[in-house]
Amino acid sequence: MNLFTIIGEALRALRQNRLRTGLTMLGMIIGVAAVVLMLSIGQGARTKINETIAAMGSNLFLVVPGATSSGGFSFGSGSVRTLTINDAYAIAELSSVSATAPVTTGTVQLNYAAKNWSTIITGTTPNYFTVGNWKMDSGAAFTESDLRSAARVVVLGSVTAKNLFGDEEPIGKTIRITNRPFVVVGVLMAKGQSLTGRDQDDTVLIPITTSERQITGNQFPGSIRYMLVQGTSASDMDIAEIEITQLLRQRHRIAKGKENDFTVRNLTAIADVATDTAKVMSIVLGAIASVSLLVGGIGIMNIMLVSVTERTREIGIRMAIGANQRAILTQFLLEAMMICIMGGVIGLIVGIGSAWVVSRVADMLIVITIGMVGLASLFSSAVGIFFGFYPAKKAASLKPVDALRYE
Amino acid sequence: MASMQAAHTANPLIQIENLCKSYNLQGADGKTITNQVLFSINLTINPGEFVAIMGHSGSGKSTLMNILGCLDTPTSGSYWLAGKNVAALSGDELAHIRNQSIGFVFQGFNLLKRMTALDNVATPLLYAGIGRAQSRKRALELLRRTGLESFAMHQPNQLSGGQQQRVAISRALINEPPLILADEPTGNLDTQTSREIMLLFEQLNRDQGITIVLVTHEDDIAAYAKRLIRLKDGHIIVDKCNEASETVLNQAADGNSLITQ
Ligand SMILES: Nc1ncnc2c1ncn2[C@@H]1O[C@H](COP(=O)(O)OP(=O)(O)O)[C@@H](O)[C@H]1O
Ligand SMILES: [Mg+2]
Repeated sequence: MNLFTIIGEALRALRQNRLRTGLTMLGMIIGVAAVVLMLSIGQGARTKINETIAAMGSNLFLVVPGATSSGGFSFGSGSVRTLTINDAYAIAELSSVSATAPVTTGTVQLNYAAKNWSTIITGTTPNYFTVGNWKMDSGAAFTESDLRSAARVVVLGSVTAKNLFGDEEPIGKTIRITNRPFVVVGVLMAKGQSLTGRDQDDTVLIPITTSERQITGNQFPGSIRYMLVQGTSASDMDIAEIEITQLLRQRHRIAKGKENDFTVRNLTAIADVATDTAKVMSIVLGAIASVSLLVGGIGIMNIMLVSVTERTREIGIRMAIGANQRAILTQFLLEAMMICIMGGVIGLIVGIGSAWVVSRVADMLIVITIGMVGLASLFSSAVGIFFGFYPAKKAASLKPVDALRYE
Repeated sequence: MASMQAAHTANPLIQIENLCKSYNLQGADGKTITNQVLFSINLTINPGEFVAIMGHSGSGKSTLMNILGCLDTPTSGSYWLAGKNVAALSGDELAHIRNQSIGFVFQGFNLLKRMTALDNVATPLLYAGIGRAQSRKRALELLRRTGLESFAMHQPNQLSGGQQQRVAISRALINEPPLILADEPTGNLDTQTSREIMLLFEQLNRDQGITIVLVTHEDDIAAYAKRLIRLKDGHIIVDKCNEASETVLNQAADGNSLITQ
C-alpha cells in the first residue's frame, strides 16, 4: 500500500469518528495555542526589556548620595547631600571612566501659551545626553557654553513637548519654567518606560548651573541628586567601580573602616539581572504551556489505544486480506499524527490570534517569531509520533488470528 | 498418507505433516493447562481440488483453517504451501501470501464497516500496492461479474447476508488467488442463499481451477465438494472422495450460472 493510499485510509478513519477526532484535536489545539501565547508573551517581555536596556546606555554606574541600605537604595533621600558637581568632574578624570553626568532634580510648573504642565526637571551637563544614550528628535542639546553661562535654554522630553506644543514646532519657542522664560533648543526622541516603570519622556532638561542658581535653589551649594558615570569598557567595570569608590572616599575624607557616604550601582549588572529574570519568566511560561501540550498528547494516546482496541477486528480483517505490519503501523501512526498536525495548525492560528488580542487588550508587547511557530509545529508532530507510536505498534504486532477472534 | 485423488500432480498446493496445535490456558487455580486441539495432522491438497472439512463443533476445523490461511502458526509439524515452508517465512512474506495466494471467506463475512462494498472489494488491491482509482475500477468489474454492480456503493449494513457473503467472496477473488479458504461460509445464510453461494464456489473451482477448501457441518453443503475430510477431536478420521458430488453437479447444470463472463 503506498503512502498516499494509507493517508486516505487514515483520513477515512478520522472522518468516521468526527466527534472523537474533534475532541482529541481540541486537546492539541489548546496545548499548541497555549505554548504560542506563552512564548510570545515571554518573548515580548524580553524584547521590551532589551529595548529599555539598549536605550539606557552602556557601561553605566549610578552614583547616589547616602550609604547603601539593606533594602536596596533610595534616590538620595532629601537630607543627604554628600555628592557634588565637583565629585562628578573629578571622577570623569579617572582612566577607567569615559564621562560623567551630575544631575539635580525637582518638580516644576511649565507654561506655554495657555497650557500648564507639571513635570520633573533635570539639571545636568551636556554629557548627560551621550552617557544616557539620548537621541534628539529635533534641535540640539544644550552646550558647554550654555553650561558655563547658566543660559536659560531647555531640552524637552517627547511627552512634555507633545503636551505643551501639540503639533506646533517647539524649537525656538519660549516656555516659562516657574515663571522664568526659557528657549526650547531641542526635543528628545521617545524612550518609553525605564526598568522601574517610570515614564522617561515626561521631563525637561536644563544646564545644571541654571538649575542650581535659578530653579531648585542652592541650599547646599554644588550638591547633586545623583550622577551617571560611564565606564570606558565593559570588561573594566569592576576596576572602574573600585576607582570611583576610592576617589570618592578620599575626596569625602572618610576614615578607614568607616562606611561610605555614597553608593555606586552598576546599572549594567542590574540590567543583566532584569534580562535573566525575563528569560527565566519566558522559560517558566513555556514550560507551563508545554504541560498542557503534554496532556493533549496523552489524550491522543488514550484515544488511539481505545481506537486500537475498538478496531481490533478491523485490524484482523485487514491482516487477513494482506496488510503487513508496516501498513497497519503506518495507518495508526498517521491517524495520530494527522490529529496532532491539524490540531497544531489550528492551535497555531488560535495562539497567534489570542496573542494579538492580548497585545491589544493588555497593551503588552507580544513577539511571535518563525522559531516559535517552528517549535510549536515540531513539538506537535513529535507528540503525535511519540504518543501515536505505542498504540500503532500494539495494533501492528497483533497476531491475525487473535485480532480476528477479538469480540 | 495416500491421496484419494485420482488426478495426482507432482506438486501439491498444500502439504502438512504431523501438524499439532495446542493452546495454553490459565486454569482456575492459576496453573497452566495445555489444551491440544490438533493431533499430528497429515494432509495433502493438490491444485484444483474442492475439499470439504466436516466435524462437530470444537473438533478443530477453524484452527486448521487459520493455520492453512497463514493467520495462525502450528505448535509443531510442518506446512508447505505451494512448495514454500511457511514456518520459514517472515511476517511480510506471510502478509504477501495472504494478499496474493489466499482468499479467505468467513462465516461472519468480516467486511469492513462503514465502507462501501466497492471499497471492501478493492482493499486487497490497495495492500498489493495498486492505486485507489485502478483498484476501484477492477473491484467494480468483479462486482459486475458477481451480479452485485448495483450494490457497489452500499455499506455492509445495507446488504443482505447473501449479498454480504458475495461481496466477501469477491474480495477474496480480487487478487485472483489459486486458493480459497472458506470457514462455514453458509453458516449464517438460509438454504436458498447457501445454494447460490455453493454454486458460485463450484463454478470457480470448475471454470477457473481455483482450489477450494471449505468448512461446514451440513451434509448438503459438503455435497458440493469432490473430497471430504472429517475431523474428530483434532484427528482426521475420514478422508475420501465424495460420492454425493456427482448428483450435485447434475443439479448445478440446470441452475443459473452465477458468474457471467
Ligand atoms: N485462542 C484459543 N485459545 C484457547 N483455546 C482455543 C482457542 N481457539 C480455539 N480453541 C479451542 O480449540 C478447540 C477447537 O476450536 P475450533 O477450531 O474453533 O473448532 P471448530 O471445529 O468448531 O471450528 C476448541 O475446544 C476451542 O476451545
Ligand atoms: Mg469453527
